Amino acid sequence: MLSIKNLRASIEGKEILKGINLEVRAGEVHAIMGPNGTGKSTLASVIVGRDIFVIEEGEILFKGKNLIGMPVEERANEGIFLGFQYPVEIPGVSMTNFMRTAINEQRKYRGLDPMPAQEFLNSMEEKKRLLEIHAKLANRSVNEGFSGGEKKKNEIFQMAMLNPELAILDETDSGLDIDALKIVAHGVNTLRRPDNAFIVITHYQRLLEYIVPDFVHVLFDGRIVRSGGKELAFELEDKGYEWIKEAQV
Amino acid sequence: MEKETNNILHELTQSEYKYGFYTDIAMDMAPKGLSEDTIRFISAKKNEPEWLLEYRLKAFRHWLTMVEPTWAHVHYPAIDYQDIIYYAAPKRKKELKSLDEVDPELLDTFKKLGISLEEQKRLSGVAVDAVIDSVSVKTTFSETLEKQGIIFCSFSEAVQKVPELVRQYLGTVVPPDDNYFAALNSAVFSDGSFCYIPKGVRCPVELSTYFRINAANTGQFERTLIIGDEGSYVSYMEGCTAPMRDENQLHAAIVEIIALKDAEVKYSTVQNWYPGNKKGEGGVYNFVTKRGICKGTHSKISWTQVETGSAITWKYPSVILMGDHSVGEFYSVAVTNHFQQADTGTKMIHLGKNTRSTIISKGISAGRSNNSYRGLVKMTKRAANSRNFSQCDSLLLGDRCGAHTFPYIKAENRSSIVEHEATTSKISDEQLYYCNQRGISTESAIGLIVNGYAREVLKKLPMEFAVEAQKLLSLSLEGSVG
Amino acid sequence: MDETNIQSNTAEKLQAFFKKNKGVLTSGDPPYLVQLRNQAFAQFNERGFPHTRLEKWRNTDLSRILDHDFHFPLKPSPLDVDLDEVFRCEVPDFNTRLIPQMNGWFMGSGEKLPNGVIISSMAEAIKKYPELIEKHFGHYADIKNENLTALNTAFFRDGVFIYVPDNIRMEQPVQMVDLVNSGRTIFIQVRNLIVLGKNSSMSLVQCDDSIDNNVGFNNTVTEVYMDENSTLDHYKLQNKNNESALTNSTYFHLEKGANLSTNAISLNGGLIRNETQVRLNGSNSHADVLGLYLMDHEQHIDNQVFIDHAVPHCTSNELFKGILDDHASGVFNGHILVRPDAQQTNAYQNNKNILISDKAVIDTKPFLEIYADDVKCSHGATVGQLDEDARFYLQSRGIGRDNAQMLLMYAFAADIVDKIAIPQLRNRIDDLVKKRLRGELSSCEQCVLHCNSKEQKVAFEIDMSRI
Repeated sequence: MLSIKNLRASIEGKEILKGINLEVRAGEVHAIMGPNGTGKSTLASVIVGRDIFVIEEGEILFKGKNLIGMPVEERANEGIFLGFQYPVEIPGVSMTNFMRTAINEQRKYRGLDPMPAQEFLNSMEEKKRLLEIHAKLANRSVNEGFSGGEKKKNEIFQMAMLNPELAILDETDSGLDIDALKIVAHGVNTLRRPDNAFIVITHYQRLLEYIVPDFVHVLFDGRIVRSGGKELAFELEDKGYEWIKEAQV
Repeated sequence: MEKETNNILHELTQSEYKYGFYTDIAMDMAPKGLSEDTIRFISAKKNEPEWLLEYRLKAFRHWLTMVEPTWAHVHYPAIDYQDIIYYAAPKRKKELKSLDEVDPELLDTFKKLGISLEEQKRLSGVAVDAVIDSVSVKTTFSETLEKQGIIFCSFSEAVQKVPELVRQYLGTVVPPDDNYFAALNSAVFSDGSFCYIPKGVRCPVELSTYFRINAANTGQFERTLIIGDEGSYVSYMEGCTAPMRDENQLHAAIVEIIALKDAEVKYSTVQNWYPGNKKGEGGVYNFVTKRGICKGTHSKISWTQVETGSAITWKYPSVILMGDHSVGEFYSVAVTNHFQQADTGTKMIHLGKNTRSTIISKGISAGRSNNSYRGLVKMTKRAANSRNFSQCDSLLLGDRCGAHTFPYIKAENRSSIVEHEATTSKISDEQLYYCNQRGISTESAIGLIVNGYAREVLKKLPMEFAVEAQKLLSLSLEGSVG
Repeated sequence: MDETNIQSNTAEKLQAFFKKNKGVLTSGDPPYLVQLRNQAFAQFNERGFPHTRLEKWRNTDLSRILDHDFHFPLKPSPLDVDLDEVFRCEVPDFNTRLIPQMNGWFMGSGEKLPNGVIISSMAEAIKKYPELIEKHFGHYADIKNENLTALNTAFFRDGVFIYVPDNIRMEQPVQMVDLVNSGRTIFIQVRNLIVLGKNSSMSLVQCDDSIDNNVGFNNTVTEVYMDENSTLDHYKLQNKNNESALTNSTYFHLEKGANLSTNAISLNGGLIRNETQVRLNGSNSHADVLGLYLMDHEQHIDNQVFIDHAVPHCTSNELFKGILDDHASGVFNGHILVRPDAQQTNAYQNNKNILISDKAVIDTKPFLEIYADDVKCSHGATVGQLDEDARFYLQSRGIGRDNAQMLLMYAFAADIVDKIAIPQLRNRIDDLVKKRLRGELSSCEQCVLHCNSKEQKVAFEIDMSRI
């Protein structure tokens, strides 16, 4: 589904990603771990197409299509979703309005008619139920005045609404209490299917107790320095990142 | 509401002014130019009483002594007042008795505008007075309204029907010598709407007027007079469009509102006069004087406006808070794009005790346009314990446009409180990125964010208008980014 | 002829005066200055005194003050008083380098300190430091739009010139004291120029006081040039008698990284108008423009602030607070201009007012003019009473209503006073504000400087007929 080969990317002349290789197939959950500042969030941003990063080399293929040069919204409509680490506030724009616009843009991209209003509202309710989100989202402005936990739950809710093939969750667990963390994990587990994939970026092993990954990758200094199964996460938990750093030297 | 907004955003396909067609109707016009003869011609055409002709002539003579104001933050070539046709009416042979007799071309025009008179009449329960160029074409619903004693008709008709009411109130809020454009209007106004709500009556439907400039080289000088008698309520809507033309067209209207004791008048405008093309050619000069007076105690006047059109807008819907405990409100969204210039705001003159006013203004500038808020809040000595709150925000789209705020505050007593706040912001790259990542194109995202930004004002509009307003906001900003 | 009696202050009279005394006015002027004076005079001549039909002068009417028979001194008055005594500063432990000015004339002796700092009479500096003066004089003051600046430029005789060379940080605050005391009705034009070199710093306290109770019109223009990374901590203290008019135009020009804080504290004065213009001309420059005014009787205070964000990455912060009692009137006119391309500007503007009487009037207009989009600009203005809840709270703690009001007013003013960086000065102003709010400080009981006693005042009488 996603194939990254020798990806190098920089910002303002500073190289952040120094040759990433990653293969993600349908039905898989990949965890990307690593200390702060090693390029985890940059990798997520580059996959979804944030234009502040410059691709120096390499390729990103999604379902066989070259993503490089494709606008952000087109990648989104192709089925890539990013759960932001710091979701931005958009004052005055209600969640209902925002989601409806997004869904209809996606449908337009896929040659479908806009979703009828009632169906849309039902879908919103259904997803909320499914995710066990009880907050009243509909009439609130996007992320405005949301607590940290609410913002993250809102990201998962949007993911459920947009039903992506590839969802990247960028440190969705940071700043969450245990209850919120469970809701986020529950969301991912509920939405997990054989035909979609997840990349879960996290600093801590904690989230992976709830979302069990098929693969764990350790990102360090712009490279994936270790890959393995879920046991790698436990190893990291025991030994800490120092272990990786030392192994590098 | 929400779903409609979305439909609108989805439907955005046309990027330039879509109301730019003109109707091919036989016109009955005054010769070009302005003189006492022109005024006598207009007055005679309308079979006006002597006092009204005198009113016009007096205004004209005063106008001749006045100088065009230059203080607004707008720039335009000098207007040749002799190169304007001051009266243009669709030719008609007799009084229209029903809609069937209305010129089909005209009805078609309204259909294109999205207001079919029949539809309006049958379904929506909105009473519409349509004014093309200078003349009120047809007022719907008037019979139903008459049963409650509500008078809603064209201004000319009111002059014939209820001359004493017109004479009692005309020019009492905006005197003929108020300002340059008001004097001009008082001399040459051709038609407009008149509305009287009797004591204790809540007008059951939204009253609505559509104004349209059609003929070339025509100025439109309509005159609206609304009187809310004691304890009455009315919600009044005004919509404006004009066809695309290369030359500039002048529009200098006057709206006067009188709210007596316990009366409430809500006046909503969606102004979409032709703004000129992307190069800044053509477009309407919209120099309008709108003012209301809260004459009685506990009366209330509320202005809500969505301004997307006109090459130049010069407009300050104001409220004179004369009655104790009276309330004045001003909610405004003004969008400028390309080379448009808007200088708009309000005046809240507090004369009575315990009066309150609220000003919410949202300016959105794009392209190479300039958008100014200009407001005056005045607390006179008598206006003890009065309050004003003003919030004037500007949103800039692009680095070639300007956003300006000129709030004038004058306080002359110690017990009143005035608060003014303003901020300037842009749509952040992060917000656009977030929307893009959800699959929303930049253009739609801007429409969405701008509508969100203006939500506080849009929600004050009557339902029928809110949808059109949201559509216009997005439309008028198309092509502003990239 | 040493002095000319201007019968009335019309432009025509001044025109005649200028023509008649052109020789005296321009004697010793280098050619560029003669030209500048002529230009300025032509500008003034064309438009005359500002009048209330001008937008910037809508609420300040000069006609009353102009309706006097002014004397226009062309030479300093010889004084047989002890200057040290007159200008002795009463702020305890406030050790400043004092620059006395009397009726517009620099009264000390010009000096060039070992570190290269120059403190001199303006008239003298024009002759002695021609290059420095020509490089800066008249470059920042606006004679095209500001008629009083044009008037000053045409007619000035003297003032103060201060030069701080590159990398010099002056530890001791400099205090300019501009006294007006002529025993008669005079109209003076004071012209100051302050040049701060790169990485230099200075604290400057500019005091405007009147000693006698005669009508006076002091039209001062000060130009301040701040080179890269220089720092200026500037205070204006205004305590004039109720018969006087003070129009004070200050033009700051900031280069890259320069940091300005200017604070105008007006405690008394018949008519005070402060025109403060700041041009942020180099990136990363910053200006704090603050003001406090406490007026009563028929006093009139007008603060006009223009902040010109000419380049990207600059910040400005403007806060003016005022309390108006009796028939006092106040004007605030703030104008922030963000020019095209001045991206990343951060500008904040606020004016807060309290009216204590129903006869007092405030006109405030915080104005933003913005032509760049990536900016953070906000402004606010309030007019209102003291917080009733706060007052009630204080009263519930047993504090009497009047005292509660005093406390709240004091807290209101403290916002500005607390920002005074020089501790001795802050304490003194704090004390003066308290006195002022209690009504104990009138214009005769002078402030910061020497607070001359009644006896001194007698010694200070000058017999103009002997000049």
